[in-house]
Amino acid sequence: MPSSLVDGNSLLAIDVGAANTRAVLFDVIEGEYRFVASGSAPTTAEAPLKDVGEGARNAIANLQKILGKTLLDNSRGLITPSQPNGSGVDALVVALSAGPVVKTIIVGLLKDVSLDSARRLAESTYTSIVDTISLNDLRKPDQQIDSILRLRPDLVVITGGTDGGASRSIQKLLEPIGLADFLLPEEQRPVVLFAGNEKMQDEVKNLVGSLTASLHFSPNVRPSLETEDIDPAERELARIFIDIRKQQIKGVELLETWSAGHILPTAYATGRMVRFLAKVYGTKKGILSVDIDASAAIISAGFNGKSTLSVYPQFGLGENLSRLQKYTTLEDILRWCSLDISKGVLRDYLYQKSLYPAAIAATKEDFAISQAVSRQALYLAMQSARRDFPKNIAMIKPTLTPLFEPILAGGGVLSDASRPGHSLLLLLDSLQPVGVTTIILDQNNLLPLLGAAASQNNILPVQVLESGAFLSVGTVVSPLSAANYGTPILRAKLHYENGAEARLELKYGSIETLPLSSGEIGKLTIQVLRGSDVGFGPGRGGTLPVSGGALGVVFDGRGRPLNLPSDAVHRRELINKWNTTLGGG
Amino acid sequence: MQAPVIHIIGLTSIVRKRLLPVSGTVLARLNQKVNPVDVIAETSWAHEHALLDVARLLRVTPTVADRLVKCKVGDLIGANTELAVAKGLFPRSVRAPREGRVVAAAGGQVLMEVGETKTVLKAGIPGTVVEIIPDRGVVIQTAGSLIQGVWGNGRIDSGVLVNLTEKPDSILAAGRLDVSLRGSIILAGMVKDAETLLAAAELPVRGLILSSIYPSLVQKAREMHYPIMVTDGFGSMPMNSAAYKLLSTNAKRDVTVDAEIYDRYSGTRPEVIIPLPISTNPSVPHEVETFAPGLQVRMSRPPAMGMIGLIVAIKPGLTTLPSGLRAPAAEVKLENDETIFAPLVNLEVVG
Repeated sequence: MPSSLVDGNSLLAIDVGAANTRAVLFDVIEGEYRFVASGSAPTTAEAPLKDVGEGARNAIANLQKILGKTLLDNSRGLITPSQPNGSGVDALVVALSAGPVVKTIIVGLLKDVSLDSARRLAESTYTSIVDTISLNDLRKPDQQIDSILRLRPDLVVITGGTDGGASRSIQKLLEPIGLADFLLPEEQRPVVLFAGNEKMQDEVKNLVGSLTASLHFSPNVRPSLETEDIDPAERELARIFIDIRKQQIKGVELLETWSAGHILPTAYATGRMVRFLAKVYGTKKGILSVDIDASAAIISAGFNGKSTLSVYPQFGLGENLSRLQKYTTLEDILRWCSLDISKGVLRDYLYQKSLYPAAIAATKEDFAISQAVSRQALYLAMQSARRDFPKNIAMIKPTLTPLFEPILAGGGVLSDASRPGHSLLLLLDSLQPVGVTTIILDQNNLLPLLGAAASQNNILPVQVLESGAFLSVGTVVSPLSAANYGTPILRAKLHYENGAEARLELKYGSIETLPLSSGEIGKLTIQVLRGSDVGFGPGRGGTLPVSGGALGVVFDGRGRPLNLPSDAVHRRELINKWNTTLGGG
Repeated sequence: MQAPVIHIIGLTSIVRKRLLPVSGTVLARLNQKVNPVDVIAETSWAHEHALLDVARLLRVTPTVADRLVKCKVGDLIGANTELAVAKGLFPRSVRAPREGRVVAAAGGQVLMEVGETKTVLKAGIPGTVVEIIPDRGVVIQTAGSLIQGVWGNGRIDSGVLVNLTEKPDSILAAGRLDVSLRGSIILAGMVKDAETLLAAAELPVRGLILSSIYPSLVQKAREMHYPIMVTDGFGSMPMNSAAYKLLSTNAKRDVTVDAEIYDRYSGTRPEVIIPLPISTNPSVPHEVETFAPGLQVRMSRPPAMGMIGLIVAIKPGLTTLPSGLRAPAAEVKLENDETIFAPLVNLEVVG
């Protein structure tokens, strides 16, 4: 990139998370944008401050200390643009995920068509679907009204009707919404997003327009029965989310003013980057981004021209943990645990941790439990997200994870770069990638901030992505095999750039590594045994270029889907062995 | 770094809002002295609705149906009252399914509120009404001890505090609950079985103050009609020494257990209020603190979860913890004289 295209503006990005707020500075160094430093502070969305502006100022103040540069003036206002004395920044962008889940009711005509689109749309941000209303709903309208009044949703998402199609049925579905809104006090009325039959927008305005907190329209998510186009509605929903947060939490408005409107939900900003990456770098395989922290698990995938974004607050590792048992069993969590932990201790952990979402594991036992819980939460999120992946994508087997290149991982649990082996094993266990893929840790949690920055400066994300701000963990080879435990399933030969060579035989059930440093490129020749498949087809090997990383080339011979031994002692031994192999210890 | 605060204080000013769930009539007056059982506001509240599709039932158009409807918005209607009648040789009619009030009538439909019940709001805590919030409730100020907890079942009541514990990790069993405890608030330690909660309901008691509760009992605790407040958490956790000392030394006093559901965004927390006689109003507690040496803290995660200690020093930079994670940390001297390093995010200031 010629430096003349870079106008030299510094950019501050604020990430207001559920537990922590981070201030990250990007600036031009030697003609290209770079991640410079970040400062953080506890998020202040909760009582007693209930003002995210405070947490943002504290994070910026910490960043100032690190940089030795003034960013806030005497009244703790952001100095913008940068001043001749070096203080201040030129622009600000914000990614926001803090705050309570947005209680949402989805409305659609048919369960498997428009209601499914409404669910997918609602799941693209930090919502909890508290009720669904459709033609399949057996409740009477007055029961639906009572349900809405009891649940007091923040948001109603209405879909249904192809463009120019059904209107009478939608009118029928709108009746209880309008009547319930009419009965609610004005300040408790929900925001309504109509993403259905575009010909009905005037009617919708007449029916519920004056009875909602605000009424929004987006292009139809189902313009025809066969077509689904959620992207424009996702964009509108992202705006609505910020509007709802402005009503709920002080300080969001200030950040919106500071950023001149460049404020996005964190998940949406991540999704935007994944879409961009899929467009620019996409191969036949998809691009996957996973992020898990206190507020939610986020799975964003980009495929050739299509993308999905799924936000699961129910799988977040904070206040929702006490409800995780609604989606899984204690046994299924404990299968991942490297220590002998009882179900009672785990249950107590889930409830106690939900009281203190920002707390971290200080002891080895707490760490082992937290890792097991994170694995299961991310596993559940991935399983849920998979059902919404497009049908015609690169895969080895439809019941397994599709082929991705690369997989980007971020969030509090995964971004700890001090022991990338821990993060890698967590990802291998929960995502169960198949074939050959590169795993990249977003150690500074930059991806959503780059997504937010893209609206302000489209050169910055590209240059930062290519600058080494992300940590490549390595290339992972995960063959599909039906062999017995201990049987060789693959032989690999790695040719280094200096002419050296390393060999390895992978046995079913084991994890092995070959060293290949970050920045190094090697040529990997794979010979599969016993009909194994690494993406070249069953029983077929091949040669491919691979890039290095903190752990080199990692071979995961544990099979897909991953079946852990049922004997607890043996299982824990294996988990500890795999951890040791990957340097997690 | 800014620190979360939990109040466990011997003497402080306590100012609390008491609000109706929906609009109603405020009965209390400004500067009125109130007792916990005094009714300060009331309202009538319909939890259900009946939607009558008059047009469909009479088989007429909505416009015609609107002309046939005899009631109007605001009318109180008795059960089975005729709301609309069609013309004809054998005229069909639409009748009210239940007693209720018409809240909307248009488009060929009538919407009624049914099942109205009267709701009264009691003061809950003794004190002085210092502010009236029109149509919703009041703000009450009192002075005394304040002990906040981590979980509550959403109920509130007042009574004499009876201490059934011998030590902070005592366990309350159903057998300890006899008729002499009827109407009391019980300082009870841990509860490990549903029988104990049910036995307390049968007496009935006016409240349970627990150190911890088994997660499996949470749903049962929510169903109890008396308030249950948990001071420290879930599982088998002893009561923190600061709360235990205050509560056990105030036995036989009148106390209020306001077992509010903990909401981190609004700031509501379950709490016990022990009103105390005062000559001058004590100061209100600090809601915001910054971690610093000398502050009293409680550990929110292991090691020493639930224990109280004093911050000796804030460590510079990041500290590597036994878990391998690195985080800003403090050196904390625990009440058992042990000194540990704890991440700041695992500490809450007690004060």
